[in-house]
Amino acid sequence: MLRVSDLHAKVEEQKILKGVDLEVNAGEVHAVMGPNGSGKSTLAQVLAGREDYDVTAGSLELDGDDLQEMAPEERAHAGLFLAFQYPVEIPGVGNSYFLKAALNAIRKARGEDELDAMDFLQLLRKRAELVDVDEALLRRPVNEGFSGGEKKRNEILQMAVLEPRLAVLDETDSGLDIDALKTVAAGVNALRSEDRAFVVITHYQRLLNYIVPDHVHVLLDGRIVRSGGSELALELEEKGYTGLTNGSSGD
Amino acid sequence: MPTAADTIGALAERDYEYGFVTDVEQDTAPPGLSEEIIAFISAKKNEPQWLLDWRLQAYRGWLKMVEPTWANVRYEPIDYQSICYYAAPKSDDDRPKSLDEIDPEILATYEKLGIPLREQEMLAGVAVDAVFDSVSVATTFREKLAELGVIFCSFSEAVQDHPELVRKYLGTVVPRRDNFFAALNSAVFSDGSFVYIPKGVRCPMELSTYFRINAMNTGQFERTLIIAEEGSYVSYLEGCTAPMRDENQLHAAVVELIAHEDAQIKYSTVQNWYPGDKEGVGGIYNFVTKRGLCEGRRSKISWTQVETGSAVTWKYPSCILRGDDSVGEFYSVAVSNNRQQADTGTKMIHVGKRTSSTIISKGISAGEGQNTYRGSVRILRSAEDARNFSQCDSMLIGDRCGAHTFPYIDVANPSAQMEHEASTSKIGEDQIFYCNQRGIDTEDAVSMIVNGFCKEVFRELPMEFAVEAQKLLEVSLEGSVG
Ligand SMILES: Nc1ncnc2c1ncn2[C@@H]1O[C@H](COP(=O)(O)OP(=O)(O)OP(=O)(O)O)[C@@H](O)[C@H]1O
Ligand SMILES: [Mg+2]
Repeated sequence: MLRVSDLHAKVEEQKILKGVDLEVNAGEVHAVMGPNGSGKSTLAQVLAGREDYDVTAGSLELDGDDLQEMAPEERAHAGLFLAFQYPVEIPGVGNSYFLKAALNAIRKARGEDELDAMDFLQLLRKRAELVDVDEALLRRPVNEGFSGGEKKRNEILQMAVLEPRLAVLDETDSGLDIDALKTVAAGVNALRSEDRAFVVITHYQRLLNYIVPDHVHVLLDGRIVRSGGSELALELEEKGYTGLTNGSSGD
Repeated sequence: MPTAADTIGALAERDYEYGFVTDVEQDTAPPGLSEEIIAFISAKKNEPQWLLDWRLQAYRGWLKMVEPTWANVRYEPIDYQSICYYAAPKSDDDRPKSLDEIDPEILATYEKLGIPLREQEMLAGVAVDAVFDSVSVATTFREKLAELGVIFCSFSEAVQDHPELVRKYLGTVVPRRDNFFAALNSAVFSDGSFVYIPKGVRCPMELSTYFRINAMNTGQFERTLIIAEEGSYVSYLEGCTAPMRDENQLHAAVVELIAHEDAQIKYSTVQNWYPGDKEGVGGIYNFVTKRGLCEGRRSKISWTQVETGSAVTWKYPSCILRGDDSVGEFYSVAVSNNRQQADTGTKMIHVGKRTSSTIISKGISAGEGQNTYRGSVRILRSAEDARNFSQCDSMLIGDRCGAHTFPYIDVANPSAQMEHEASTSKIGEDQIFYCNQRGIDTEDAVSMIVNGFCKEVFRELPMEFAVEAQKLLEVSLEGSVG
């Protein structure tokens, strides 16, 4: 589904990704871990098509289509979703209004009928229940004045409504209390399916107890230095990144 | 004179959705301004002597005045002698009795503007006093209103039919020598609307007037007068859009509102005059004096405006809060895109006790647009326990535009409570990217973000106007990002 090969990217003349390879198949969950500043969010933003990130070499493909040829909204239409590490506030724009606009933009781009207000509301209610988002939050402006945890939960709600093919979650677990963590994980697990894939960026093995990944990758200084199964996360927890790299030269 | 087709052909018509010119034979005064011309206008309108004298007084005052230069706007000097001060459709003598009698071309013009008069008549419950050039050509719902004693007619008709009211109130809120443009208007005003709501009557429908500038080289000088008697209520909507053209057009309107005890006047404007092309050529100059007098106790005047048009806007709807416990409100969205310049704001003058005022101003600048908020709050000595809340927010789209805020506060009574908030934000690339990532394209994202920014103002507008305002905002910001 997603194929990233030898990806190099820079921001403001600073090289951040230095040859990332990643292949994600439908039905899989991949975890990406790595120390602060190693380039995890950069990878996520490059996938989503953020303009100020320059791809200097390598390729990005989603279902065989070259992502670099696609505008950010076209990538969204193709089923790519990014849960932001820092969700953005849009003052004055109602949360549910925003989501409806997003869903209908995507449906329209795919040649599907747009949902009317009633149908949308029904869908929204169901999804909000799934990820335990309070109705009051739906009426408030997008992320404005939301607590850190509410913002993260709202990202997952958006994902649940938009039903992407490939969801990239950038530290969605950071700032969540333990109950919220469980509901978010439950939401993700409920959406797991044969033809959907997840890339979960996290610092904590804890999340991976709830969302059990098929593959774990360690990103260090702009490169994936190790990949393995879910047990790799446990090893990381134990040894830390330094311990890991020292002992992994033969990987 | 070029034909309409020539004019259209010569201009990049697609850029301005409403940029078209209707060919209607004009009955036009020769260009220039003099006492003779003023007498001609007055005679054309069959006005009483006192009104001609009033105009001439204004004109003589105007001759001694100089054009103001304090506003943060730049434009070519206006040659007042090259402007035509009177134009009326030929069919004027022969007033239509119903819409059927109206020039089909005029009806088609309204159609293009999205103002299907017939439909409005039947569906919306909106009485329409449409101004085509300087003379009203259609007034509807008048009988229904007449039953309640509400007078809603063109200004010229009011001069004929209700001279005592016109004479009593004309110039009482905006004196004829108030300022350069108001004096000019007082001398040459063409037509406009007149509204009178009798004591205790709640006007059952929104009163609306669509203005349209359509005659080559003819400045338009509307005069509007609204009087709300004790305990009455009226909501008045003003909207306009103009055809594309090559020369700058001067527009200098005067609006006077009078609210007696416990009366409320809500005045909403959506203004979409031709702003000029991307280089700023050909837009409308809009120099307006709007002022409301809260004459009676507990009276309330509320101005809401959405300004997306004009090349140059100079406009400060104001309230004089004379009655004790009276309330003044000003809600404004002003957009300046490309080379547009807007210097707008409000004046709240607190005279009575416990008077309160609210100012919410949202300025949006894009392209090389310059947006200035200029507001003044004056608390006079007599205004015990007055309050004001002001909030002025500016949004910048791109980095070649500008936002400027000049709040003037003058408090002569120490019991006053004043609150002022101001912010300037740039429309964030991260906001746009966030929308993009959710599948929303940049154009829609910008209009969504801008609409959110303006929400506090839009929710003050009557429903159908709010929708129109959002559409206008979209049209006027098209292509401003990316
Ligand atoms: N716009 C930018 N300008 C300059 N440097 C940037 C920019 N964006 C990212 N960087 C730098 O790129 C590096 C990688 O950042 P990135 O956000 O991808 O890290 P991360 O792995 O997500 O870290 P964290 O775990 O802290 O979220 C950092 O050193 C960061 O400072
Ligand atoms: Mg990060």
